Amino acid sequence: MDAMVRELSYAQAIQEAMAIAMDMDERVFLMGEDIGVYGGAFQVTGDLVERYGAERVIDTPISELGGAGVAVGAALTGMRPIFEFQFSDFATLAMEQIVNQAAKMRFMLGGEVSVPVVMRFPAGSGTGAAAQHSQSLEAWLGHVPGLKVIQPATPYDAKGMLLAAVADPDPVMIFEHKLLYKMKGPVPEGYYTVPIGKADIRREGRDLTIVATSIMVQKALDAAAALESEGIEVEVVDLRTIRPMDKQTVIDSVKKTSRLLCVYEAVKTLGIGAEVSAMIAESEAFDYLDAPIVRLGGAETPIPYNPELEKAVVPQVPDIIAAARDLVKGVR
Amino acid sequence: MAGASKAVTDSRANLPFVYRQYSAEQLTEVLHKMYLIRRFEEGAEECYTRGLIHGTMHLSIGQEASAMGICMPLTEDDQITSTHRGHGHCIAKGAEVKRMFAEFFGKTTGYCKGRGGSMHIADVGKGNLGANGIVGGGIPIAVGAALSSKMMKTGKVVVSFFGDGANNEGAFHEALNMAAIWKLPVIFVCENNGYGMSTSTARSTGVKNIAERAAAYSMPGVIVNGNIFSEVAEASHQAVARARAGEGPTLIESKTYRHRGHSKSDRNRYRTKEEIEDWMSNRDPITLFESELREFGFIDDKGIEAIRDAVAQEIADGIEFAKASPAPDVRDAGNYVYTEQA
Repeated sequence: MDAMVRELSYAQAIQEAMAIAMDMDERVFLMGEDIGVYGGAFQVTGDLVERYGAERVIDTPISELGGAGVAVGAALTGMRPIFEFQFSDFATLAMEQIVNQAAKMRFMLGGEVSVPVVMRFPAGSGTGAAAQHSQSLEAWLGHVPGLKVIQPATPYDAKGMLLAAVADPDPVMIFEHKLLYKMKGPVPEGYYTVPIGKADIRREGRDLTIVATSIMVQKALDAAAALESEGIEVEVVDLRTIRPMDKQTVIDSVKKTSRLLCVYEAVKTLGIGAEVSAMIAESEAFDYLDAPIVRLGGAETPIPYNPELEKAVVPQVPDIIAAARDLVKGVR
Repeated sequence: MAGASKAVTDSRANLPFVYRQYSAEQLTEVLHKMYLIRRFEEGAEECYTRGLIHGTMHLSIGQEASAMGICMPLTEDDQITSTHRGHGHCIAKGAEVKRMFAEFFGKTTGYCKGRGGSMHIADVGKGNLGANGIVGGGIPIAVGAALSSKMMKTGKVVVSFFGDGANNEGAFHEALNMAAIWKLPVIFVCENNGYGMSTSTARSTGVKNIAERAAAYSMPGVIVNGNIFSEVAEASHQAVARARAGEGPTLIESKTYRHRGHSKSDRNRYRTKEEIEDWMSNRDPITLFESELREFGFIDDKGIEAIRDAVAQEIADGIEFAKASPAPDVRDAGNYVYTEQA
């Protein structure tokens, strides 16, 4: 019998995944700032401390570097920690442990160890938290061999990919857009995984491929729905994992549609759009292109506080519609 | 390790700690290991000079008593994290010098299959979780290993070695604090050799003794003469007992000195020849331990000569093993980045 499917929020889906992981494996535990009785800054851990106790839902001091290092050390020696950063921006304080230690330890030691740590990063703009609490730094970590970096865009994927991350023997970094936490969607009960490293075609179309990540997936779907009335059929590829990237799904889609638009919230230059564009330019899909590749990314600025400015510096649905329309009509 | 018998212990009642605690066999083995560390590093340095080893290395010559003393009460299951100056820790925790040489030569028979080299030498099977190229990088990792020990109730104690330079890293302070609030079975061992690269502790550190920083984290801070094996081992014993009893961490400051420069790029412009000469002639840890062993009747000249000969042979054999070992295939350069999955 199929598992019962309910509507859960993205945050509830993550919480359920963490509870299932802890029920299944006593080595799994949670660490982070104010994840206990407070329930986490975004209420993702919620009441888990009541069910699993303070020894498995550990409030850390405000020590991102040390806390991340403790999680790495615990993972190295047999535990399965899930470490929550309060905001993804605080990864900057812990880069040493993530980049020099977690990512490289297996390699440096010739395969003698593995570091099965999961780190969760509430990311992105749109909450009025301004420049130090709104960044999208996933490409920073995506640049580091040894890490796996994922960006689930739906409650279903948030649960399934977190469970896949916990089962993974290597460090997995999960970037969760803060505006997705309240998004609802169908989520089956019980254990299931969504594979790391596989993109998902969220909508099929023949005229244009939009490769989107995280919250931009929903925005791309909204744009695609609007463009349908104009007779433009958009295919939306949810990248889901940025390292290791599912190149084949993107290549196949571009070969079908002959046009590519990359949409992501992080600063446009030197980001995921550059990588996807270059990957297509190097692939057999290049010969199929009928138009230049277009990137829609964040502005070359920190995230501003003022809500109108804040919206203006990241791609919105009208921006995606306009860019897609121009691409298909050959304006560019 | 088993202690000496009661009768023997009584006859040694007035001797320093280790001579009451350990058998003659165990103590001469310590001398053997101290020589092994010294000659291993001299051998590695010579191979480097002759162009057989590339990169760089950080030698701990002069600090052998510290590594051996701290590791003395540890079991094979106990774990350590080490530093860029970690060859001594590795040997003290039980590594084979031939596999260490093989690693330095970049060979597949090395502890890290030629991927890590001197700065990432490890021996996970013997509980050495690895040297570390980042100053202070191993300290939070040791706390995490101690958290594993506590959560899994394995009884393991974890030692984190680091230098005086690391005591000014944020990781040091964050890690000590977490170990203290969670009462973890971890021992922080600061091997203070007086200089973080060229900068003396007097110029870099706001306290006279690094052990004073333990007070900020409500743990014992112990200062030992790091060149006297017995002193170091005694402090380690007490810290291990405290950790195993669930009473939490200890910070040990082991005051010592490195005879060589920081690394192979050191032009030695920050300390005087007289200072170095004084430490080498008057406070060499091997000489000090050897004369105590002799004085207390644990070994004679013949015994010492036998140890030196045996070590010379082990070093020569180790270098030959490394030379004869296969190099990795360049086509395998991408191995071990991720766990190979079926």
